[in-house]
Amino acid sequence: MSAQNQTEINKLGRVSRKSNFVMNLILLVYASFCIVPLFMSLAVSFTDEKMLTIHGYSFWPRNFTTYAYQFIFSMANQVVNAYVVSMIVTVAGTILSVLVMALYAFPISRKDFKYKNFFTFYMIFTMLFSGGMVSTYLIGVNLLHLKDNLWGLIFPYLMNAFWVIILRTFYRSNIPDSLIESAKIDGAGEFRIFFQMIFPLALPGIAAVALLAMLQYWNDWFLAALYINNPQLMPLPYLLYQIQVSMQFLLQNSSNIGSQAGDILSRMPSESARMAMVVIAVGPIALTFPFFQKYFTKGLTVGAIKG
Amino acid sequence: MSVRNNLSFKRIFKANDIDIKPKNGFWHELVKNKALFLMLLPGALVLFLNNYLPMFGAIIAFKNFRFHEGGFIPSLLKSEWSGFKNFEFMFATPDAFNIIRNTLFYNLAFIITCTVISIAFAIMLNEIYSQKLAKFYQSAMFLPFFLSWVVFNYLVYAYLSPDKGFINMTVLKLFGQESISWYNEPKYWPLIIIIVNAWKWVGNNCIIYLAAIIAVDQELYEAARIDGANRWQQIIKITFPQIAPVIIVMFLVFVGRIFNTDLGLFFQVPRNAALLRPVTQTLDAYIYQTLIGLGDIGMSSAGAFFQSVVGFITIIAANLFVKKIDRESSIF
Repeated sequence: MSAQNQTEINKLGRVSRKSNFVMNLILLVYASFCIVPLFMSLAVSFTDEKMLTIHGYSFWPRNFTTYAYQFIFSMANQVVNAYVVSMIVTVAGTILSVLVMALYAFPISRKDFKYKNFFTFYMIFTMLFSGGMVSTYLIGVNLLHLKDNLWGLIFPYLMNAFWVIILRTFYRSNIPDSLIESAKIDGAGEFRIFFQMIFPLALPGIAAVALLAMLQYWNDWFLAALYINNPQLMPLPYLLYQIQVSMQFLLQNSSNIGSQAGDILSRMPSESARMAMVVIAVGPIALTFPFFQKYFTKGLTVGAIKG
Repeated sequence: MSVRNNLSFKRIFKANDIDIKPKNGFWHELVKNKALFLMLLPGALVLFLNNYLPMFGAIIAFKNFRFHEGGFIPSLLKSEWSGFKNFEFMFATPDAFNIIRNTLFYNLAFIITCTVISIAFAIMLNEIYSQKLAKFYQSAMFLPFFLSWVVFNYLVYAYLSPDKGFINMTVLKLFGQESISWYNEPKYWPLIIIIVNAWKWVGNNCIIYLAAIIAVDQELYEAARIDGANRWQQIIKITFPQIAPVIIVMFLVFVGRIFNTDLGLFFQVPRNAALLRPVTQTLDAYIYQTLIGLGDIGMSSAGAFFQSVVGFITIIAANLFVKKIDRESSIF
């Protein structure tokens, strides 16, 4: 094969320069479409309230001010409270759910466990048929006492059948049976095998599921909408939903306003403060997600292609 | 002596034989593998309380539910059976047709838009020269997946707010157009909902297709090149057929969930605006509003039961197809 021929063939290995340019352009436009709205909320949160009334929302803060943030952190201890609730629910929920799911996935990943099929089906059946929102809600309120209880924001998401399948697949494809057998011959108990061998070996898969669980707990508004009425127990997304209707919701439970309430209401930066809360809610995710992305990708692809 | 020995040996053997049988049973297994059962216990308990009890509770749809003394379960059992009355009421409401039509219409639209856009982007990400840029685009696209629906509620509002939104105050002003009262105009919303849904999911689905594309055997492309096929021909003749199983499986997984919608998308994003309901109310939104907003247990439980049953049928059917195409990918 001549050298010229070879370069001809190599050229066939990639798209033309023109196509490359067009594709980059399309991807760039879509990528900005995904990021830019967040910049807009950031800009609005730093904009003077009067300017917002005149010019509307835009991508550049006119009359830069941090008043919205000052207002939130000084006047509305409700926001700080919601932040703490979200943190507690996310941390406790993630640890508990990962433990429950990682443990459940272990026996059903074991080929030598006689009842693995039964317990797999017991779990998968919940993906196929559900009692529906109404019955779940009534049982949650009346039997499990989830109403106005932080447990109500954690418990319903402890088991996710799909994620357990991801974990099971991960154990099966990364941990050879012989390893478990030899550990057993050496006299290790099942729990010791799980915590000292399986857990470290399956850490990338467990991390992926942990991040998915974390995301779910941090972003959830639905459980709070079902079960939480007490403003002290509202997580951040649900508080955000509540103030969509009325900013005054923030002041209802503020202890340090007292007699000057009317004055505060008139100076309240309602639009920019709302966006400031969006920034506060998204902040932790937007800042950490580039570091976690590869674990997510792993979890998603394992689940979708091998699940 | 030898005979006697033999006999007693046989007797022992037989006795053992009888003993072995019950040892294969559940109780023996429970004792032998008690650690494994202990590991299953928390998860099994959560599933029982959170998923199986509500399945039993779903009979509420066939009851005229009243609270009686003694708690929820006695009330449920004591409440009168009402047959299909709740269902009759639900399907008699003028919204019923709308709700089911919306649910199916949006899901079909989502399946088509998400699949087409995600595959197109996955191919582009695989083809562009710069790996670094591809990583950047991929991260940016993935970002919306990480945001809560409540955050979407605000981001969409930042564009569509009637008096402050970016579109009314900047874009339409720039072109000298009149402001549009977005949250009162149902005709725009099917498109808005479809765009917002793609916005949230495309980055996520794209990663799955990209993983499938990367896994395609590179030798196939080399062989095609030697035969003189250009890159576009390779994409059409090699990439597509090779990732077809993944596409079909994803498609069927979507179809299996065709009666379920994301409440966040249909309740949060349109801000529950009353005028938009004819085009934004889906089964989930209807059940939620009837239960929490109106407190009507009868109608909402009928809606929920209807959704569970038709959902069950579609998932089973979709899974049968998945099994035919790719055994590995079926969920059971």
